[in-house]
Amino acid sequence: MSLITKKRAQARLAYMLVLPAVLLIFGIYVLPIITVFGISFTDYSLVSNYFEFIGLGNYRQMLTDEAFGNALRNTLIYAGLFLPSSFFISLFLAIAIQERKQFRSILEVLYFLPVTSTLAAMALVWAALMDSNQGVINLWAGAIGLGPFNWLGSETMVLLSMALISLWSVIGFNMVLFLAGLTAIPANLYEAAAIDGADHPVDKFFRVTWPMLGPTSMFVAVTSSITAFKLFDTVAILTQGGPNRSSEVFLYLTFLEGFEYFNMGYSAALSLVFLGIIFLFALVQALFVDRNVQY
Amino acid sequence: MSSINLTLRSFAPRSVWSLIGTLFLFLGAWVMVFPFIWMVSSSLKPTDEVYDADFSIIPRTFKGFENYYEVLFNQPYLTYLMNSFLVCGGILIVQLITAVPAAYALAKLKFRGSSILFGTVIAALTIPINVTSIPIYVGLAKTGLLDTYLAMMLPFFISVFAIFLFRQFFRSFPDSVIDAARVDGFSEMEIILRLILPSAVPAIAAFSVFSFVAHWNDLYWPLIVVTSQDKMTATLSMMQYQSDFDTDYGRTFASATVVTAPMVIAFLFARRLFIRGITMTGVKG
Amino acid sequence: MARLTLKNIGKSFGETEVLTDISLDVEDGEFLSLVGQSGCGKSTLLRIIAGLEAPSRGEILLDGQAVTELAPKQRNIAMVFQDYALYPHMSVAENMAMPLLMSRLPMHARLPLVRHVAPAARHAKPGIVAQVETVAKQLRIDHLLARRPGQLSGGQRQRVALGRALVRNPGLFLMDEPLSNLDAKLRVEVRREISELHASSGLTFVYVTHDQTEAMTMSDRVALMQGGEVLQVAAPNTLYGAPVSVDVARFIGAPQINILPVQSRPDGLYLGDTFLHMKIACEVSDLQIGVRPEALSVRGGSGLAPQPLHSGAIILPFQKYMIEDLGPEILIHGCFEAEPEIEIRIRAQKSTDYGHARQLAASKRLSVAIDPTQLMVFNAQGLRLELPALMTRNMSEVAL
Repeated sequence: MSLITKKRAQARLAYMLVLPAVLLIFGIYVLPIITVFGISFTDYSLVSNYFEFIGLGNYRQMLTDEAFGNALRNTLIYAGLFLPSSFFISLFLAIAIQERKQFRSILEVLYFLPVTSTLAAMALVWAALMDSNQGVINLWAGAIGLGPFNWLGSETMVLLSMALISLWSVIGFNMVLFLAGLTAIPANLYEAAAIDGADHPVDKFFRVTWPMLGPTSMFVAVTSSITAFKLFDTVAILTQGGPNRSSEVFLYLTFLEGFEYFNMGYSAALSLVFLGIIFLFALVQALFVDRNVQY
Repeated sequence: MSSINLTLRSFAPRSVWSLIGTLFLFLGAWVMVFPFIWMVSSSLKPTDEVYDADFSIIPRTFKGFENYYEVLFNQPYLTYLMNSFLVCGGILIVQLITAVPAAYALAKLKFRGSSILFGTVIAALTIPINVTSIPIYVGLAKTGLLDTYLAMMLPFFISVFAIFLFRQFFRSFPDSVIDAARVDGFSEMEIILRLILPSAVPAIAAFSVFSFVAHWNDLYWPLIVVTSQDKMTATLSMMQYQSDFDTDYGRTFASATVVTAPMVIAFLFARRLFIRGITMTGVKG
Repeated sequence: MARLTLKNIGKSFGETEVLTDISLDVEDGEFLSLVGQSGCGKSTLLRIIAGLEAPSRGEILLDGQAVTELAPKQRNIAMVFQDYALYPHMSVAENMAMPLLMSRLPMHARLPLVRHVAPAARHAKPGIVAQVETVAKQLRIDHLLARRPGQLSGGQRQRVALGRALVRNPGLFLMDEPLSNLDAKLRVEVRREISELHASSGLTFVYVTHDQTEAMTMSDRVALMQGGEVLQVAAPNTLYGAPVSVDVARFIGAPQINILPVQSRPDGLYLGDTFLHMKIACEVSDLQIGVRPEALSVRGGSGLAPQPLHSGAIILPFQKYMIEDLGPEILIHGCFEAEPEIEIRIRAQKSTDYGHARQLAASKRLSVAIDPTQLMVFNAQGLRLELPALMTRNMSEVAL
């Protein structure tokens, strides 16, 4: 076979192989994204067939909509609580486990268990544990003289409670990622550092561990941020946005607008804003990683 | 020195700080595990014991059999579980069938449009279902396909994540082996079926576990498209407890256990696959 | 400058004993190599000297001071690792500055943001920079100071590793197989540079390698290790000419020495059934003789019975399997017909023996001469005996 026909045959095979995927990507991603853009410029509502283009109307509405500002604020507060703790707690857990290799297996399993569990189901358990009158947490807090806390019923505490539940469900995931990153650090870097004089844990961390964890840290930070913005399950099951909209986070608002109130146009606009935020995070990762990963 | 002695010695702490640290680690692990223990324990109790101020893990009155019987046979939990299995299985099969060949083509074959396709895959990676849900929902509504198994699986049929993951994996397959096979007279299809696929089994296994669990636990999309009870998935069924409609708490937590147990048990058996799947995505960045 | 003393060092990992009763003295300014095959314990010993591992038994003394309990950074040593262990995220300059930073700045001045403003840091910085540049110039890597290790070649990385070690002016310089990651040509070059470095700096070097050529050419003394023990510590020539045992004789010298089992009977030595016309004054009957490949010489012809020559050598018939032409010399592989089980290697210089080229090329059977003055005698357990092998001729002994 000549070289050209071989190339063509390869290309033909390739087209055959990617065809199903391409069709699906088109139908599930490309078309819907274009449509969402379109819908966001209308006041389309599923219930009636009549709709008209309102240009940037939905976006302008966002700026004045109290619910929008509230949802954004709630999400940011929640993220502010959730992100630093999920990052650093899992990092220190991973470092601690790395030094106790004999316990690594069992600890990995125990910490990872919440990650595989169904959050919607476990949320019910947390609701019971966090019950202000009969919940086990308040019972034990009371025994050492603290509380009682109104975990899910207080406007000021509810986001904290959400953050704690999410923390519980995600720490194992981050920890496993950090563990993998730590294991990849060559042992003799630490030995060279010890000979150079850096055998104090603080020196070891800043000179070897933290720099070498760069890509892993970035990945954990970005995925955690995206997960934080995607908060939905616990809100849907436990508070439905309450009390008094104090736990109404961005994605839940988008869901309500689209599938409870059927303001599809507005919901579409909201979901595009959501996409923009996620895109930003992914961009940050792409840029940062390229600049810092060198070996 | 006997080997028992040696094993025990390896568990000894190296200093007081080390011991304290280990204790904290296990304390944390207890916090991680406690909700599960509480859940299972409550599922075995009668209602009045669940919130008893005198908390104990072992139920004083064992009502386990009744609770679980109720949940599995009087409530349609078997149906819910079956729905979850069907949906997750269906999704996985289509994902593998579409992603693996596409990933191979992107990794090893040269064709026009491969960069555009890969760029699209990367872009799609950042788009979650929440963004594309509205148009897909409307489309399904207009074609009367809401509340069907197809509707529940459709948006997940293509996993760009799988394409990305498998492409990375295939890229690391040595070109020299493929060339040797070509010289030996293998056809392209034979190379894929007899060389590439068998080598990809670990990656496929890890991804399958990852995908199955993710879709088993998914709430958002089933919440949107499912309206009739006989199509509900196990996870979706948890929504009925939004309003304390079932005042038999023991039963509530029995149903929670039934929903979450399959994946947790699968995890315990397939630990390595899970963890490998996670780290494959993360460490390479 | 430092004197290193090891006293009865032993190391066990669990039930496995890796090092047994090692005692060694390294003089100030000496270059000592630890040689041996993989698994002999040389790297473990080096790590114990460095302080990266603690010995199970024994003491380590540097300049008379006991350092066995001290951490690596307190021992005034520097170490170059096999894969260099350079910090990938730091530039060459930063890599080399690390040991100075660690020793000169207090903890608070080393913390991430603080170190840019702390006065202690700012005072120390110019001194550190100057020292790094001096060493970099010495090693000819001053043009690479801003680069990262990932951007350097193997040889350049090696130099950076050396620089990082030199910059701290250590008493003891430890190297763990530093040449094994380099290609052959580079290896010869760097070997020379390390030797020059040793000569000019006068530092005490302890050098681990599995390559005996490296050890023999670079060292003042060589410690040959096997199975966790030191077989012999001596100058390279002594190791070569006066090995203490068969194991030492086998390890040193390439191609490997030829060892033949012989029996000492009342009338002389026998190789199998063949009388060798040599006699060794020894009560034991089972002996081994060692003869280096260059101590065998090829005579012409074939099928001659073993016989002494006027010049005092034994000629034995030899079966040739294979010839390797190395340029200035030829390696001949074969066996003595008297003992076909044992492979013999002969090293023939082209300028002298090559006159017999045609016989060598054509015939399978040659005659090979053994010079009894170049034999080494070992007992059946492998220890070398200081006994000469004497020629016998017609039942009378003639010493040569």
